[in-house]
Amino acid sequence: MAGYEARPESVALLEKLVAALKSRGIVTEEEIALRRTIAERANPETGARMVARAWIDPEWRAFLLRDGTAAAEAMGVSMKGNPPLGVLEDTESVHHLVVCTLCSCYPRAVIGYPPHWYKSAAYRSRAVREPRAVLAEFGTVLPAGIQVRVVDSTADFRWMVLPMRPPGTEGWSEDELTAIVSRDHLVGVSLPQAARKVSHAA
Amino acid sequence: MSTGVGDIAAARFKAGQRVRVKDARPERIARLHLRTPHYVRGRLGTVTRALGTFPNPEDIAFNRPAEPRVLYHVLFDQPPVWNEGEPGDTLLIELFEHWLEEA
Repeated sequence: MAGYEARPESVALLEKLVAALKSRGIVTEEEIALRRTIAERANPETGARMVARAWIDPEWRAFLLRDGTAAAEAMGVSMKGNPPLGVLEDTESVHHLVVCTLCSCYPRAVIGYPPHWYKSAAYRSRAVREPRAVLAEFGTVLPAGIQVRVVDSTADFRWMVLPMRPPGTEGWSEDELTAIVSRDHLVGVSLPQAARKVSHAA
Repeated sequence: MSTGVGDIAAARFKAGQRVRVKDARPERIARLHLRTPHYVRGRLGTVTRALGTFPNPEDIAFNRPAEPRVLYHVLFDQPPVWNEGEPGDTLLIELFEHWLEEA
């Protein structure tokens, strides 16, 4: 990660820990390599595509809401060793906002690494206390009558938001819809908008 | 009792049931890894559903034998839990069965 170079003492500590775990047969080099590959492949596009598909295909939507873990597997994500995935459906009357007040639980398998603000004490304490003020700072002002439901990710599940399909996207393809869904929408701090990516010159 | 997502055969509470989170501070007595935030202890909420059964985190984090416990999603009204919140807004929290009692 740019701007976050590991400190030499941290690297030395990590090397000692890995060596100790290997010498006791607790982990193998192959297991570390596999986890690294999974972590590096995980990125928000997987979650975005799961959402785009739910906007198009009602059967997929029902499957995604019923069993997020199986849906992630169906996207080619190995969920072995990952916590189960739950999907929160935004509606005309409820908007979900995900936070982990106790640590930084995050659906890494389908969104990748959490941004720094998600792990900050400010976000973790304020999202539960004054969610509408936090949303406003992300530029999100919800219409009157929409309940804000803050989901505190406290235990074994990891949660992803399924936002509502924005107006103006009628007839769009799965790829076009995937392109307008970002990590922030999957956490619930902002809402997808119908702004097509700049098209290539004709 | 086995463990896993959707394994809720042993669930004591039903969806829609009112529950109170125990107002306890067990971490003052023993070393525990608690997943029950302080701000909901003693608060009234409503079970939305049982999510599954998982090893008790309070023990498994210390590599002790961990009893399987049913995990629920419980919904709370934003105020009075947080008075900065807006009436009508809610908090949805994963809580283990041994932290809940009938309200």
